[in-house]
Amino acid sequence: MTDISVPALARVEGEGGLEILVRDGQVTEARLDIYEPPRFFEALLRGRRYTEPPDITARICGICPVAYQMSACQAIEDACGVTPPEPVQMLRRLLYCGEWIESHALHIYLLHAPDFLGYESGIHLARDHPDIVHRGLRIKKAGNLLMEAVGGRSVHPVNVRVGGFYRAPDPADLTALIAPLEQARQDAEATVSWVASFDFPDFDRDYEFMSLRHPAEYPITQGRIVSTGGLDITPAEYDDHFTESQVPHSTALHSTLDGRIYLTGPMARYSLNSGRLPGYIQEAARSAGLGPTCTNPFRSIIVRAVELLFACDEAVRLIRSYQPPSPPAIDVQPRGETGYGCTEAPRGLLYHRYTITEDGAVADAKIVPPTSQNQKVIEADLKDFAAPRLNLSHERLTWECEQAVRNYDPCISCATHFLDVRLTPIQGGE
Amino acid sequence: MILVIGIGNPTRGDDAAGLLVARHIREAASPGEVTVTELAGDQLALLDAWTGAREVYLIDAVCSGGTPGTVYRFDAAEPLTAHFWHHGTHTFSLADVIELGRALGRLPGRLHGYGIEGGTFEPGAPLSAEVEAAVQAVTVLLLRELRESSSRAG
Repeated sequence: MTDISVPALARVEGEGGLEILVRDGQVTEARLDIYEPPRFFEALLRGRRYTEPPDITARICGICPVAYQMSACQAIEDACGVTPPEPVQMLRRLLYCGEWIESHALHIYLLHAPDFLGYESGIHLARDHPDIVHRGLRIKKAGNLLMEAVGGRSVHPVNVRVGGFYRAPDPADLTALIAPLEQARQDAEATVSWVASFDFPDFDRDYEFMSLRHPAEYPITQGRIVSTGGLDITPAEYDDHFTESQVPHSTALHSTLDGRIYLTGPMARYSLNSGRLPGYIQEAARSAGLGPTCTNPFRSIIVRAVELLFACDEAVRLIRSYQPPSPPAIDVQPRGETGYGCTEAPRGLLYHRYTITEDGAVADAKIVPPTSQNQKVIEADLKDFAAPRLNLSHERLTWECEQAVRNYDPCISCATHFLDVRLTPIQGGE
Repeated sequence: MILVIGIGNPTRGDDAAGLLVARHIREAASPGEVTVTELAGDQLALLDAWTGAREVYLIDAVCSGGTPGTVYRFDAAEPLTAHFWHHGTHTFSLADVIELGRALGRLPGRLHGYGIEGGTFEPGAPLSAEVEAAVQAVTVLLLRELRESSSRAG
């Protein structure tokens, strides 16, 4: 087999490429090369005021800025020895629901569903099924509205600060969102049924799942870090168990859990916490063919739809019980400590660690995004996925590998529409 | 209503070009002549941003391998050229969003604008001199177009 290439990815940031190494007709390795911006931001943060990381790190990602803000706030507040009161925590959870709704609706409708339905892209799906795409955009719009009402605007919210919010939303402004969110909840129910009807390849995996777990809630903003391998730690213990290392083929660091490969994200959250979902959502998941866990990454689209339904439901619940935090933020004074924060971004656990000086400067910052954590498992899955498919045409193999990559909703989701799949024979290869 | 939308990421070098043109237009245009907005991040928000607008101008940085500072004109009456199909880290390309809007019947009556070829999109990089010059040139061109469009409408 000779080198095969597809039109190269437009390398604005060198986002994505997949190389499959073949020896004697066997796949020996799959290498995913993706771009990861947090390294730059960690350096940028050093020397800045302790109040700045929520706004600065929100710029890392256009799809999940709230996740960066929430993990940053939690870590800095931990360093400063304060915990915002319950009304602030609930408002943060509400804002985060908006981000889950936006992100999951985008991925399900415009990035992932077209794969299952044989369309080249969400645009092609929209041409044949505009009503379905309208439904997806309507759900996403409900998330945008929530982000605007709580965060001040729909991308890169400006209302978040260490200690809480600059301004508590007016209850009437949030109540006005119940109607579009109820509509979104209905649309999300239809989404669960819709994606459950797709055909899924048999590809069950033996994952070690890792996510937050909270005593009472489906985890979003807080909890202990747990895994199906027996891990059960606080965010402060993260660095004792998780190790990041450089690999030559990627600008991103690869992460392991006590030396093991693990998976974070919706499948892990669901599999470790499905019992925390409201009863009717558990029932919707069962009707869609999900058990209490999900081990086939292709079925992650169903899990995402279930989480989408949950986020709409949870947002309505939080608005109905909304008590404006007063004051909207607590006073947070710096102290010379290290703090840790973990929240569940749409794509999985997002870890922040900050060391702050007595006079309030950031001395050190560490950020571990979910896509970086999942790189090893994505490569392991792709290696096994591609192995029995080497007889496919290059176009078909590229299509199927792209779809497989999108199962994990990595931060290169859009770019992987043009994933540059290279089949590279190494010495002795065919 | 005529709407000018500048698109870009202010923290990534030449990707800020569209935002800078929008800011120059906001400062230079006559009050009531035009509405100016900026968009950073999710370009799908364009589908809502231009709802209700009679005429929309978009300005965005492009990355198509051309000489930095090159200016491309587009009119969405026709599918966009390859210059506009680049993807950001997480977002759809400008051409993707326009084609999605076309498929869904959600394009404004007139949609056109400028792309500015960028040279560097690295986080924290400054605007390049070539793109700075192009920003000034596009601002002049766009102001002239806006005044002609306003006089036609008026």
